[in-house]
Amino acid sequence: MARKELTNPADVAWQDVELGAVVTTPGSASVRRTGDWRTEQPVLHKEKCIKCGLCWLHCPDAAIIPLDDGYFEPDLYHCKGCGICAVICPKKAITMVEEVEQ
Amino acid sequence: MSKRVVLEASHAVAEAVKMADVDVVAAYPITPQTHIPERLAEMVANGELDAAYIPVESEHSAMSTVLGAAAVGARSFTTTAGQGLELMHEAVYVASSHRYPIVMAVCNRALSSPISIWCDHSDVMSCRDTGWIQVFCQNNQESFDMTLWAFRVGEDPGVMFPVMVNLDGFTLSHVTEPLMLPEQAEVDRFLPKYEYRLALRPEAPTSHGGFGLPEIYTEVKFSQEVALRASRTVLDKGWKEFADIFGREYKAVETYRADGAKTLLVTMGSLGETAKMVVDSKREKGEAVGHLNLRLWRPFPFADFREAVKGVDTLAVLDRCISFGGPGGPVCSELRAALYDVDNRPKVVGFIGGLGGREVDAETFAYMIDRGKEISEKGSEYLYEPVLVRGLETGTGVRG
Repeated sequence: MARKELTNPADVAWQDVELGAVVTTPGSASVRRTGDWRTEQPVLHKEKCIKCGLCWLHCPDAAIIPLDDGYFEPDLYHCKGCGICAVICPKKAITMVEEVEQ
Repeated sequence: MSKRVVLEASHAVAEAVKMADVDVVAAYPITPQTHIPERLAEMVANGELDAAYIPVESEHSAMSTVLGAAAVGARSFTTTAGQGLELMHEAVYVASSHRYPIVMAVCNRALSSPISIWCDHSDVMSCRDTGWIQVFCQNNQESFDMTLWAFRVGEDPGVMFPVMVNLDGFTLSHVTEPLMLPEQAEVDRFLPKYEYRLALRPEAPTSHGGFGLPEIYTEVKFSQEVALRASRTVLDKGWKEFADIFGREYKAVETYRADGAKTLLVTMGSLGETAKMVVDSKREKGEAVGHLNLRLWRPFPFADFREAVKGVDTLAVLDRCISFGGPGGPVCSELRAALYDVDNRPKVVGFIGGLGGREVDAETFAYMIDRGKEISEKGSEYLYEPVLVRGLETGTGVRG
């Protein structure tokens, strides 16, 4: 997924802060990589998936993406690794696996 | 032409809010502020004021409601006192952080417990660091004038900060006295239409109140701090324009008979009027005494204050608030801090009185002048001296 260019907050000097720290770029939260907060990542076992969509429905961060073929995949750019999808899955088709240093 | 009317300060504030043609008023009634929202509700109900009057279930909701109104660019007003300001507290910070020019009249009231509906400055002192512009009024005319001025300067593109107008509960809020009310055309000349560049609107979406990660929070807060201090030029410009149109002059630091004065009484709020009376009688006896009224509390007027006390030996400061376990009354502490790096600074002598509606009479101010001079010459082992405390020996106080 293409990510919109956005100023990194760590590069903003105090003089450049917008009045009231108002955010003027709509939808800019989606470009924030919240995936790096994760300690465990969901791993999908497609052979067990029955396409019920409960993981997609329960994900608090809209980080489960419905695919054209009816399956679902985690969006690891945004997924914070809460594990709700793994718990809610009736077929245990998602397991949480510890993140390892790349 | 202005016309002379007789109004209590609460109704004077309501008149100013009406003449400012506010869009939204949200307030919860609390003594001694009640007459302000009551009068505004009446004005909206009878068609005198074309605004949304939003009744709310608490002061927290009152501030939250005007925050929402301000976010869409509405000229917004709220008002509270004492416990109400405390309940509102966390949302008070949001107004200044979002840079919404909300105007709030605070009818200063003591804090519980014991329950007291009467005046002191404990309520507003808890808001000292909330980032609002804060001014104090000495009488009903000033309550009207500062409310109008608050909209003018708060909404200025070079300011964009909320303004707290402090008027002493009962002493002003419920006291009726004559004042001049301007004509609407004059007010319109003073107060232009308000335009908020970042107002919430579908065609140009913005997000207000976002998440501030550690890598940006400091920069956001520092930009707010710089902007509040920089607002001073506009605050002065606003008073200048006010004087040009309405003929009444105001300054951040105002002195009375201070020429050649060696001792200045320092007050904020309505007690300044009593203090000035005492200065008159002392001057008649040939004493070099004057008065200093601190009108602007935030941003603190450092340069004006230092200039005003040049050549003065003693400042006798009356605080209407205890800073429990601290260095003295908040005003006294700040004046001391403002003078710390100044050579030949006056001795700042702190008194605390007028708590919970306790009268501070002329004799007490006269005593403060005499005692201040004495401490200035001989020194003192006390951080400050409370006045009029039964059981406390006169001339003693609180040690550090």
